[in-house]
Amino acid sequence: MKLYCLSGHPTLPCNVLKFKSTTIMLDCGLDMTSTLNFLPLPLVQNPRLSNLPGWSLKDGNAFLDKELKECSGHVFVDSVPEFCLPETELIDLSTVDVILISNYHCMMALPYITEHTGFTGTVYATEPTVQIGRLLMEELVNFIERVPKAQSASLWKNKDTQRLLPSPLKDAVEVSTWRRCYTMQEVNSALSKIQLVGYSQKIELFGAVQVTPLSSGYALGSSNWIIQSHYEKVSYVSGSSLLTTHPQPMDQASLKNSDVLILTGLTQIPTANPDGMVGEFCSNLALTVRNGGNVLVPCYPSGVIYDLLECLYQYIDSAGLSSIPFYFISPVANSSLEFSQIFAEWLCHNKQTKVYLPEPPFPHAELIQTNKLKHYPSIHGDFSNDFRQPCVVFTGHPSLRFGDVVHFMELWGKSSLNTVIFTEPDFSYLEALAPYQPLAMKCIYCPIDTRLNFIQVSKLLKEVQPLHVVCPEQYTQPPPAQSHRVDLMIDCQPPAMSYRRAEVLALPFRRRYEKIEIMPELADSLVPMEIKPGISLATVSAVLHTKDNKHVLQPPPRPAQPTGGKKRKRPSDDIPDCKVLKPLLSGSIPVEQFVQTLEKHGFSDIKVEDTAKGHIVLLQEAETLIQIEEDSTHIICDNDEVLRVRLRDLVLKFLQKF
Amino acid sequence: MDPECSRLLPALCAVLVDPRQPVADDTCLEKLLDWFKTVTEAGPSLLLLQENPCLVELLFRVLKAHDPRPRVLSFSLRLAGLFAAQEDCFQYLQGELLPMLFGESGPLGGAAWTAPTVRSGWLQGLRSLAQHPGALRFLADCGAVDTIFSLQGDSSLFVASAAGQLLVHILALAMRGPAEGHPSPQGCDWPACAQKIVCHVEDSLRSTATLQVTQALNVLTTTFGHCHSPWTQGLWVRLSPLVACLLEKDPIPASHSLVDLLLSVARSPVGSSDCGLWETLAQTLSHLSPTQAGPLALGILKLQDCPQALKTQAFGVLLQPLACVLKAAAQAPGPPGFPEGATGDSITVDTFLSSKSACVGLLCQALAHLELLQLLPQRPSPWPQAPLLRAAVAILRFCHGSAAPTSDVGGHLCAVLAGCVRVQRAALDFLGTLSQGTGPQELVTQVFAVLLEYLTSPDSSPMVLKKAFQATLRWLLGSPKAPSCCDLDPHTQLFLGELLPVLRKRLCSPCWEARDSGLEFLTQVTRHWGGQAAFRHALLASEVPELTGQLLRDPESYVRASAVTATGQLSSWGLYATPTGPEHPEVQQESLFTELLHILSTDSEGFPRRAVMHVFTQWLKDGHADVAEDLEQFVARVLQAASQDLDWEVRAQGLELALVFLEQLLGQPGSRCPYAVALPEAAPPATLAQVLQALCRVQLFEFALRALFDCDRPVAQKSCDLLLFLKAKATPCGGPQEAGASPDVVSVEAALQRWQAGEQGQPLGELEPEAVMAVLRSMDLEGLRGMLAKSSDHMEKSPQSLLQDMLATVGVLGENEADCY
Repeated sequence: MKLYCLSGHPTLPCNVLKFKSTTIMLDCGLDMTSTLNFLPLPLVQNPRLSNLPGWSLKDGNAFLDKELKECSGHVFVDSVPEFCLPETELIDLSTVDVILISNYHCMMALPYITEHTGFTGTVYATEPTVQIGRLLMEELVNFIERVPKAQSASLWKNKDTQRLLPSPLKDAVEVSTWRRCYTMQEVNSALSKIQLVGYSQKIELFGAVQVTPLSSGYALGSSNWIIQSHYEKVSYVSGSSLLTTHPQPMDQASLKNSDVLILTGLTQIPTANPDGMVGEFCSNLALTVRNGGNVLVPCYPSGVIYDLLECLYQYIDSAGLSSIPFYFISPVANSSLEFSQIFAEWLCHNKQTKVYLPEPPFPHAELIQTNKLKHYPSIHGDFSNDFRQPCVVFTGHPSLRFGDVVHFMELWGKSSLNTVIFTEPDFSYLEALAPYQPLAMKCIYCPIDTRLNFIQVSKLLKEVQPLHVVCPEQYTQPPPAQSHRVDLMIDCQPPAMSYRRAEVLALPFRRRYEKIEIMPELADSLVPMEIKPGISLATVSAVLHTKDNKHVLQPPPRPAQPTGGKKRKRPSDDIPDCKVLKPLLSGSIPVEQFVQTLEKHGFSDIKVEDTAKGHIVLLQEAETLIQIEEDSTHIICDNDEVLRVRLRDLVLKFLQKF
Repeated sequence: MDPECSRLLPALCAVLVDPRQPVADDTCLEKLLDWFKTVTEAGPSLLLLQENPCLVELLFRVLKAHDPRPRVLSFSLRLAGLFAAQEDCFQYLQGELLPMLFGESGPLGGAAWTAPTVRSGWLQGLRSLAQHPGALRFLADCGAVDTIFSLQGDSSLFVASAAGQLLVHILALAMRGPAEGHPSPQGCDWPACAQKIVCHVEDSLRSTATLQVTQALNVLTTTFGHCHSPWTQGLWVRLSPLVACLLEKDPIPASHSLVDLLLSVARSPVGSSDCGLWETLAQTLSHLSPTQAGPLALGILKLQDCPQALKTQAFGVLLQPLACVLKAAAQAPGPPGFPEGATGDSITVDTFLSSKSACVGLLCQALAHLELLQLLPQRPSPWPQAPLLRAAVAILRFCHGSAAPTSDVGGHLCAVLAGCVRVQRAALDFLGTLSQGTGPQELVTQVFAVLLEYLTSPDSSPMVLKKAFQATLRWLLGSPKAPSCCDLDPHTQLFLGELLPVLRKRLCSPCWEARDSGLEFLTQVTRHWGGQAAFRHALLASEVPELTGQLLRDPESYVRASAVTATGQLSSWGLYATPTGPEHPEVQQESLFTELLHILSTDSEGFPRRAVMHVFTQWLKDGHADVAEDLEQFVARVLQAASQDLDWEVRAQGLELALVFLEQLLGQPGSRCPYAVALPEAAPPATLAQVLQALCRVQLFEFALRALFDCDRPVAQKSCDLLLFLKAKATPCGGPQEAGASPDVVSVEAALQRWQAGEQGQPLGELEPEAVMAVLRSMDLEGLRGMLAKSSDHMEKSPQSLLQDMLATVGVLGENEADCY
């Protein structure tokens, strides 16, 4: 059993598991932090960005000044943003049989894999995952395609050149593999390969293994996966949450008795408690708006935004903010808000019961109805007519490199009355803000990450008790900035195995059993013999038939009747030789009784020696030695075959045959 | 016993023994016993029994009943005990009844004994009975002491505890009289009964079963706690070697009880004269685990006179966990820490490392003990204020995850304590208490820094945040004033600059507890510093006053109440600014008075309305500008709103406000408040007639008279006091107004009668001062006050009433059987 680790990002995993005869890709995350190295894509002509000075080497060489621009001491690539793909060289991805997706954030690299690697398998995901994943991809493609940029930078990627660049460009990994965003056509083609599954549904893969999605409690339709054969069980835990937010709660019980538990997607901010962060978010929002400022919330179009809107729904009246407009701007804003209301079966119990009242499960429906929350596909069109300040704007992309958020950063960045509140934990907010410096607006960092923290992981592991834990290397040591916080790492016994990008792990686990079925007529013919109370044995002579990873014992064919005519022999007619087998022996030899029997049969001068493994019976007169051990008996006599046979028969008297 | 009760008693006794009658509930039987206790204490029991033969008959019949009900049996045992407490009565009952009740032929062996209430009744009966030497002989004869021994291990904790206490009582009784004095430790001159009990205790102390050791230690603890006669000294001399033996066992059995015993002995007269005791205490301190030794150390430090060395050792035990923390947190060898003996020994470190719960438990215990100790006059001196402060700050940093220790123990503490709310609360409480002392400026700066960390942190739980606000308040108020003037010192001003934005954010928190604690803090700090220029300046520059006004409309009633108090306080100091939120900027801002009055008349919850009344009363006392503007109008509107309130506390507070108003018009009652606030200059002393006119204009009379017949007694009482005060003030200068039968008085009296009858709907209408005074003179207010002073159940408390009730319950039930109603 091997695990190929194609991504180094602990929350955007992409691993391939070889288990029995199957090759299973676990998630297909796309590391978008690479875009932080690029200049933002402004929606409207932006003189500040277009007039940035080109960057030149220390010696004055300016051959890169078209590709690299300098802004407030940082250097950015002036090109269409590119993404860091999972490793494609470590394993031939055309051999991947299936891809299991655990949540919509972990499928963003799917088009790269399904469309460009010769992949011919099936992708499994739940319906909300697919629908919301499609929205995220659509939004991403839209953000990038609607601001066409002719320039594509490649000179800086030259290894010799990259070495000369300032950080963080210098340290960027695998830049040669970075790719531009996929197209909508590729998205559609990739999504067409997905087969929808429901929680606890059992899916057979070639008869060899069975995969099952379980609720993971993190997002709408998010799942953990069980991959099991008859005797082995691998659990894949990715992006799970034990908090009470909108999705169905996490199914922990089904993870019990795993041989291997692959653990990814823990919280990225283990020191921040989501409740506290929501509090910070609300207070800062209220303070800004009260002073006449605007609030910008860079966010994804689905996920935490639902919970934030629900909190605000309860909060705005108490904070006297009911007249403040909330705008949600995304090409998929409308679909996202509507989708959330129709996936009732994937929601937590409270929200499910609302559907029977009938009421919309999320209160943002009421916010929309009362005109407190308005949504627009982009800042163009209706929005510019309705726009009223002070206001709160939710919009993407959280990297601040593309999407409508770029416009608001430019618009509001100069006033200290305004605030940008970061709630998505995926990007470093300081790096995200770098191309906007100097910035007058206030920046608040309230990352809300509901995924498991280390205390919860430790409880989970105690509860489900896997034999082995495998996790990204980042989880096996305290965070670099807080090296004394030994509580911020996975603590389990035996210690977790860690992996890093481009590593192949042999999982510490050997398969020992295989299930074989016996055909009823063969079973009928067996005559078990009880050799110990509760244990019966029978010998079986059969043909082992293996097809589709299923093994069946069939009755041996009758010896072929000699027929006349052609004696052409086809290979399939080969009949295995059915030799008459010697009977099997069982039981143990009680030494004292054996000696008595020997004496009865005329042997004298018998000596018994105890050895580490059993006994040696010495027939001194006959110069013969009988070595009795737990699983063997040897009669050593000097070429006296008659004596040997006599002694053998005496030994056999004490054993059972069948 | 009064004849009426005597008359009812036979019927009641008959009911009690009749198995067909339902037994009155336990409360009635308890009340009955209480009554019998007062009766037996007041007079001879023997006479009582002779005059009421039904009582003895009751006891006999209960005993002879085939299947006695446990409650009644228990009652009978206790009743018999009460009677037999007097020696002559004991003699009277001893012949037959007492052995049957308490001896082996009684309930002891029967089926009823399985009920804990019967066992408890048996013990309590004996406890009452054991008052004289005769009783001792009786106990010996009927073998009761052995039964008591076995009941010490009873499954019911109440029974077990009562058994232990009874043993102590019997021991004390046995040692009274001939043995009083200084018996020899060997016990040859001890009375047999005492000898038996002490031997039993000795055996138990030698036992290997922890339960038995615990029982023996508990008996001894009670003995030394209650009996201070000289014989206890002999007892201690006899038993202390056995107690000392316990210390040699590993683990020490029943360590909690052992600590209790040693402290009990140390507090008794035995302690002051026995040097060996101090050695035992010292030995125990060093043998017990850090968690077990904590309570003992605290107990020792509370003792009035004990050797200094022992005190030092005990203080060391208490300080050890904190010393450990300090050592673990130290980046480099720092300033001198705790005194010798408190240098974080290895056992404490082991406890810290053993488990999270052990570590948290030990730290919380140490903090709580030191907090208690700090407040005591006999706290150790010199008090290590600076290391304690450092330790408290270090613990809070560990809990917050902001400490960066280099040692292994530090790393472990960091992992265990991060986010631990229990320790955070204990440490913040402790830090607050430490504010009574001073500390080097650099440490005080650290204290404020860590407090600010907690106030700022989004991870602080609501309870922790509240504690952090409380500790901050204590440190702020304890901070020194600048030497040059009476304003705040520069450090405090600097801190305020950082604190107010945090407070502002907390007032916007979506968590109501956070908003509430923020408001409470603001109220307190304004109360003390409202006059300080630096504070006023910082507060007015922040947005806090506006936000506070905004919270008057909070959805949570507690927050509204706190906001009312806070705005009231701010307004008193001229610090209140009407909110200028983005909401309704077009609405013209009303005065705070109007807004609070609106809350008083419309808020659906009681807390905010009560808070408004408190604020108004305070404003009236302080001569608040809004009030002084039109005093009568203010009082009239408040009283009108309060009179219609459904909450009695609001109405009572309304009377409080009316009284303040009266006092301001008429002067203080008597001379009991020579330092009271003087009347505003604008209102010169008015004549009585003018005052009465004013009272009529604000409709104070109607409010007070209506309250006089309020269905809630405290309101009526307050009103009565107020009217009496008014009457006393008005009568001496009654002048020309004489009681007359003017039509006004008649109508007022008629209205009052209707009010008294519960018809409160009708108003009094316009009142003339003369009519009011006439009504007041004609009313028996003193009588009314006397009646109101009695508790509402004074009628129902009498024994007749109890007996009648018990009989009535049965009677009514009897009728029901026939009536099927």
